[in-house]
Amino acid sequence: MMPLDFVPLWTLILGFGVFMYVLMDGFDLGVGILFRRAPNDAARDIMMNSVAPIWDGNETWLVLGGVALLAAFPLAFAIILPAVYFPILIMLMALIFRGIAFELRFKASPQSKHRWDAAFHYGSLVATLAQGFLLGAFVQGFRVDGRFFAGGSFDWLTPFSVLTAISLVLGYALLGATWLIMKTEGVLQDWARAQARWLMGGVLVCVGIVSVWTPFLEPKIWARWFSWPNIALLSPVPIISIWLALWVWRSIDRRAEFLPFLGTIALFTMGYLGLVISLWPNIVPHSVSLWDAAAAPRSQAFLLVGTLFLLPVIVGYTAWSYWVFRGKVRAGAGYH
Amino acid sequence: MTLDPVLLSRLQFFWVISFHILLPAFTVGLACYIAVLESLYLKTGDHTYFRVSVFWTKIFAVSFGLGVVSGIVMPFQFGTNWSRFSDAAANVIGPLMAYEGLTAFFLEASFLGVLLFGRKLVPPWAHCFAAAMVAVGTLFSSFWILALNSWMQTPAGYEIIDGRFHAVDWIAVIFNPSFPFRISHTVTAFLVTTGFVVVGVAAYYLRRERATVEARKMLSMTLWLLTFLVPLQVAIGDLHGLNTFHHQPAKLAAMEGHWETRSGAPFVIVGWPDQQAEVTRWAIEVPYLGSLILTHTLDGTVRGLKEWPREDRPPPAIVFWSFRVMVGIGMLMMLVVVLANWLRWNSRLYDTVWFLRVCEACLPLGFVAVIAGWITTEVGRQPWVIYGLMRTKDAVTPSLAGSDVLVSLIIYMIVYLVVYPVTLYYMIGLVRAGPEIEEEPDRPIEGLQRPLPARAAAGAAGRPGTPIIAEPRP
Repeated sequence: MMPLDFVPLWTLILGFGVFMYVLMDGFDLGVGILFRRAPNDAARDIMMNSVAPIWDGNETWLVLGGVALLAAFPLAFAIILPAVYFPILIMLMALIFRGIAFELRFKASPQSKHRWDAAFHYGSLVATLAQGFLLGAFVQGFRVDGRFFAGGSFDWLTPFSVLTAISLVLGYALLGATWLIMKTEGVLQDWARAQARWLMGGVLVCVGIVSVWTPFLEPKIWARWFSWPNIALLSPVPIISIWLALWVWRSIDRRAEFLPFLGTIALFTMGYLGLVISLWPNIVPHSVSLWDAAAAPRSQAFLLVGTLFLLPVIVGYTAWSYWVFRGKVRAGAGYH
Repeated sequence: MTLDPVLLSRLQFFWVISFHILLPAFTVGLACYIAVLESLYLKTGDHTYFRVSVFWTKIFAVSFGLGVVSGIVMPFQFGTNWSRFSDAAANVIGPLMAYEGLTAFFLEASFLGVLLFGRKLVPPWAHCFAAAMVAVGTLFSSFWILALNSWMQTPAGYEIIDGRFHAVDWIAVIFNPSFPFRISHTVTAFLVTTGFVVVGVAAYYLRRERATVEARKMLSMTLWLLTFLVPLQVAIGDLHGLNTFHHQPAKLAAMEGHWETRSGAPFVIVGWPDQQAEVTRWAIEVPYLGSLILTHTLDGTVRGLKEWPREDRPPPAIVFWSFRVMVGIGMLMMLVVVLANWLRWNSRLYDTVWFLRVCEACLPLGFVAVIAGWITTEVGRQPWVIYGLMRTKDAVTPSLAGSDVLVSLIIYMIVYLVVYPVTLYYMIGLVRAGPEIEEEPDRPIEGLQRPLPARAAAGAAGRPGTPIIAEPRP
């Protein structure tokens, strides 16, 4: 009997986990990025309250992404993480500061509260920048020798990764702003609308440049998009993306509350899809394929059994906790 | 001077895991305690349980937050600094780590939100259920991560193909020889550590005659628990030691400061194991006790460190002393428990000032013992990362430059030296503020208030101090 190939299923699961992380921690990191620009201190309280009960669960998807990569595609884990040693370090340290800010800001005296504002804001901003550098470096690919990363400590720092870092900051901020449109009202909501409007423009410009630039990084990516019949089959991806951006804009102008967030999620989905199309079937871009990096079938199978059962359960109680905290976070609400 | 990436990576791992383990050492126990308090409140309606629970939940929230973010650091260490180990062992360790995330972290994180913020948004039973799920999550997490650690100590159920580990029998991998002992010993240590914190805080209030109702409840409940757990822990520790004697004899020889293999071995109470001279200097010994403890006969054979070539021995002085610190604290805890029961017998538990002082002084002891025990087992495993199979020096990331690790180590040191004291400062502030001011359910996100469904509201209405709908405060 042919051994079963678990790689496609694990690719889906890992892809799902990473995407959940990007969306969910994306909006709460985005709230952090916008935090210091907020109109006043009361608005900041509401902003933080809107994500306080759920940020921890959101961030857990990062751990899942990391350990699922280790478990299902260990060679990729062993090559990629050393290649982005410093972005990972910086991301982790920034996440520490913003993570403890959630608890300590509300317990701080009025004199020291601004420090936790700063910890939350800069922690979110720096963590996002680090993830953006990581993304850029990932798309560009790494120097690999046998089973190991063979490049230098700062290979990740390139003009392209600078652009992806900026794009991700704008993208997360857009997610954060549209989340706030959904979860708040009044002055804060109007402010979030104004932010979302210009952020949408910024995202469109930056992601547009990234999208045009990416095919020039690697002939394979160029061929993927521009060879016949791919060009016809794949052309809906950019077209739908631009249409979605316009749609988000319109929904903001029409003072829709839920649609801007939904539209931004759809936009992120298209961006993610574009990335997958560019890099498939490699897990270490341009050098190691999903199948080459895969763990032993016995290990993948052992974990798969539990994952197929547990992942729906996790999604279920995550949904429940979002349901418990549904509705608007109101002004004048105290945390204590 | 050359910077050794192996040594620096080890120091870095030591640094981040030592700080991280302080939090599970506290939150595993505290989560269980809060779940018990919530259950008792739900069952009896006694408002004291409620106030005690709310008080500890606030402290739990702060420590859990730091536990999460310092814990996220850990799996990434495997990739950034120990990629060769990850590549070699991922088939075995990967699924264990992933199961930890799937069964534990999401459970904790999702229900934590409801535990902290949802008291007024969900019916009382659901809130209690959330508390229980957080506790269960911390225990699941301990299960998987200790299964992984135990496998690295006493590998089983694997085969090696082309230099990489493959699992053949998952039950054997998970329930490897040292796992049952390690998990019992560690989880009991976590519960005891938390117990001594609760006792210390209760003593602090009693000595100042504050929150006496709550403090008596804390002290009484916890001392009953410790009366049971501390002797149990000593017994488990003995069994764990015997397990080490059978499976990691070199570690045990270092713990005991034995160099020569001999029958009728003494027990070295104190001394200084000298790695160069291969003797334990200034040793104070009890004849035959070493053999008696380890083999349960007077003339049993105990292997000494000289049985192994120098490059296969752990550094004995560290292991010898960290072991003694752990055991010493265990003995001290036994003494406290005996004293507590004697005082309770004489109805003087709550007003004997010297004893309350002792309890306050013992507050951090559990943490010290946990770190000492961790050092004993981890340094005692050296020079192996997977015992007897893969050396630590062969596990490090090949592309790693010593200077890079030095930079990251310094950054980790600075960040942790800022974040931990600051968090501790706020926790002390919460203790100072005390449990007595809390007159109503805490920490709702009040903007989200909705009236509860009628049935749930009726259930909650009978409880004093449990307003169904909170008024937004100015």
